[in-house]
Amino acid sequence: MSELRFDDVTVRYGTARRPFTAVDGVSLTVPAGQVVGLVGESGSGKSTLARAAVGLAPVHSGQILLDGEPVPRRGRVRPLQMVFQDPFSSLDPRMTIGESIAEPMPPGPSRAERKREVQRLLSLVHLDPVMAGALPGRLSGGQRQRAALARALAGQPKVVIADEITSALDVSIQGAVLNLVRELQRELGLSILFISHNLAVVRYVASHVAVMYQGQIVEQGPVSEVLVAPRHDYTRELLAAVPGSRPSPQAHPAATARSSS
Amino acid sequence: MARRWMRVLRTPLGLTTGVLVAAVVVLAIVAPILWGDRADAVDTDNILTGPSAEHWAGTDGLGRDIFFRSLVASRLSLELALVATVLGVVVGLLLGTAPLLVGRRLGRLVTAGVNIAVAFPGLLLALFFAVVFGVGATGAVLAIGLAGAPSFARLVQTLVAGVASLDYVSAARVAGVGRVRILLRHVLPNIAEPLVVNATLAAGGALLAFAGLSFLGLGVQQPSYDWGRLLFEGIGTIYVNPMAAFAPGLAVLIAGLAFNLFGESVAKGLGVTTVGGVPVLPANDAKRSGAGEDEHSTADAARPSPSDLVLDVQDLRVSFPGADGPIRPVRGVTFSVRHGEALGVVGESGSGKSLTALAVAQLIEEPGHVDAARLDFRGEDLREGPRAHRHLLGTSMAMVFQDPMTSFNPTRRMGGQLAEVAVHHQGMTRKQALARAVDRLRAVRVPDPEKRATQYPHEFSGGMRQRAMIGMGVMGNPSLIIADEPTTALDVTVQQQVLDLLQSIRDEDDVALVLISHDVTVVGEVCDRVLVMYAGRIVEDLPADQLDGGARHPYTRALVAAVPDMHTDLEQPLAVVPGRPVDPADVPVGCAFAARCPLADDHCRAVDPPLAPVGDGISVACWHAGEPLGLDEETGELMEAETV
Ligand SMILES: Nc1ncnc2c1ncn2[C@@H]1O[C@H](COP(=O)(O)OP(=O)(O)OP(=O)(O)O)[C@@H](O)[C@H]1O
Ligand code: SF4
Ligand SMILES: [Mg+2]
Repeated sequence: MSELRFDDVTVRYGTARRPFTAVDGVSLTVPAGQVVGLVGESGSGKSTLARAAVGLAPVHSGQILLDGEPVPRRGRVRPLQMVFQDPFSSLDPRMTIGESIAEPMPPGPSRAERKREVQRLLSLVHLDPVMAGALPGRLSGGQRQRAALARALAGQPKVVIADEITSALDVSIQGAVLNLVRELQRELGLSILFISHNLAVVRYVASHVAVMYQGQIVEQGPVSEVLVAPRHDYTRELLAAVPGSRPSPQAHPAATARSSS
Repeated sequence: MARRWMRVLRTPLGLTTGVLVAAVVVLAIVAPILWGDRADAVDTDNILTGPSAEHWAGTDGLGRDIFFRSLVASRLSLELALVATVLGVVVGLLLGTAPLLVGRRLGRLVTAGVNIAVAFPGLLLALFFAVVFGVGATGAVLAIGLAGAPSFARLVQTLVAGVASLDYVSAARVAGVGRVRILLRHVLPNIAEPLVVNATLAAGGALLAFAGLSFLGLGVQQPSYDWGRLLFEGIGTIYVNPMAAFAPGLAVLIAGLAFNLFGESVAKGLGVTTVGGVPVLPANDAKRSGAGEDEHSTADAARPSPSDLVLDVQDLRVSFPGADGPIRPVRGVTFSVRHGEALGVVGESGSGKSLTALAVAQLIEEPGHVDAARLDFRGEDLREGPRAHRHLLGTSMAMVFQDPMTSFNPTRRMGGQLAEVAVHHQGMTRKQALARAVDRLRAVRVPDPEKRATQYPHEFSGGMRQRAMIGMGVMGNPSLIIADEPTTALDVTVQQQVLDLLQSIRDEDDVALVLISHDVTVVGEVCDRVLVMYAGRIVEDLPADQLDGGARHPYTRALVAAVPDMHTDLEQPLAVVPGRPVDPADVPVGCAFAARCPLADDHCRAVDPPLAPVGDGISVACWHAGEPLGLDEETGELMEAETV
């Protein structure tokens, strides 16, 4: 279990003459073994913040710390792993699932050990271990996203960043992936930064939530407080925009399936 | 992969040119061995003779047989062309992948250099290099190779940039994979196909270019000879013996064309992934099989369409030719939309939602085939084809797509693009149309519409572009708006604005809306009625307010229970639909959902349930509609509830 801390992080794009500040002095902590939801409109800097943490975006100023130490951005050992939004572009179409999953594994173990590890990870994300030999083209979106999760776990990360991992998925498989995230977090004690634009999804998986607006964090705290008594206008707007929140929801939707059991 | 290449060889052009290329290569290998001596044999008795039984293409100044010389020359011609191609490809690869390897700043320099080099005509470069490297085969190889390099470098750059921006490359970087390894493992294999195709094309080009250089005397020198050289010698005696020039000329032409056309057909074959070389299924074939399955559809087709319907669709089918028989993604869909009604269509990816919409809007292209017992829009039969109703469709039916970026021309101003609709369909003048465009942009609440109308699509944010798209739809006076996932690419607050906008357009002008979405909650909130699609059929047709609790079909109920909302019980897993969607090329007999359905029994697996009304305004296609379901507390899988 590790703690990920963003300390006054600023990320700038563009040229020196026309700089564009995508992330503006963000301080945010993902406590050890907790899931922190990060919400906000597109373009508010959520993905940029995530990409900065894993070294895919340049940090202009500030620090990103893992247990108090700067996150290593070079070398084979990467304690921070990321799962991407689109499962159809995040797996190399020409590599088998097994090869993709083995890629972030730290060097050392033998072939046979790696193979065993791949199998273990596949069963961990509820995929049939024989999938190791399949190309991604044969997998459905939900299966691919699970494979992508397995790949992230293969790097033995201390913290996982999940960037909109369900928004490209069909609703019918979204549920399965969310169930899996909760299960993995509970079983492995992972710290997760869970980025989403869907408040209902964040409410379901996260214990804390941070609201980002125009590059800044405008509100953060436990889910039970922020979503029940939002203080910032933008948070209120977000809450009002959750689909299904408008007509007062009398019945519990899951009850449709459960009521009669 | 191998299958796709085989498919190329199955097209007539692919096969012919493939065989031709193989023949040329075999010839180049065996000709010098078999006929080398005969080609070099000097026969002083037969100098510069015309074609004869002994020398089919006559002889040259030393009495050597031109026919055999042409055959033997294939070795050197091909060798040189290939070496030049390889040189061009290698240099092109080095330059093209440089931006990825050496970092951003240096990469930009290389890119700029390549862009300048590409601007020079290839032949000019070749001539320039030929002069620099001196006359002779080596010089010509360098010249042709280097002249081809810039365009190859550009191609590689474009391809690499496309792949390098994909998430799997990012994922590899996050995993700590080095740049060279990323290039070798992730990038090159994924751009190999177009590279090979273009290299084949380049080889054909090099062959011709070489012949040209040798013909000009800048290439191969005596005593070696390639086709160009023979051509050069033959032209001198063309009045004595035309065959002397004709034979090598023909050889160049055949070999060059073989490589070029083979490259083209491979490019074409690999580009088309879904259809391949299978003949398009004949139209009446599809009709026959369509009518055979549902007798009732023809029976009530004679019923006059009620005037309050905007859209009346019966037994709509869409099929595509596939490798193993026709693919039927939409298999008999029947629904109607009343004036001002909002109809939602939900279902998982691939269930046929978009194709249904496209079929209604007459936007399915060949080789797709649309078939329906009835397809009436505002009382007009659309089955007569899009041309007959272009005007009606252009002004009265508006389509809004998921990705508005691809629906606009990036090089033209927004105002002009909107105005075009009115100029075309309503016969407005350009000025009137522009004014209308600004007015419509205002109507869809684009701020500062006068200024926005002069901007380009990329200057609009995603939400604004989507509004402009809707604005384009309401340039006319539509009575139906079909919106296919209009908010999926947008974030929640913007999504809400777009949905509100659609709602207000509906209220003001009594416009009907068909809203396609995979998000049940969105559809439930916006629409009056919801169609649930599964595997190309409608499995449930119900009032939106029945979604929560009233749905009868196991699939609908699972869909609803799979989405968390602000009241979801945090202790319970979300519902999961196990298994995979149905492949439209391989639809099972019986109920298509049976493999994933907790209530399925043998009857379900044998007989497909028809869509039938069950009361409460609900129609459902299920043998066990509304039977109780339970939820596995561990996995979230739905199961048959234990009945007492
Ligand atoms: N040109 C085509 N040739 C062959 N099959 C096609 C073609 N276009 C679509 N299909 C198939 O038809 C099926 C239905 O496609 P459609 O686009 O209607 O699905 P959808 O319900 O809109 O899915 P999504 O939610 O992903 O948009 C899919 O299985 C698809 O692969
Ligand atoms: S017909 Fe049978 S298999 Fe199909 S949905 Fe109903 S219960 Fe399930
Ligand atoms: Mg679609």
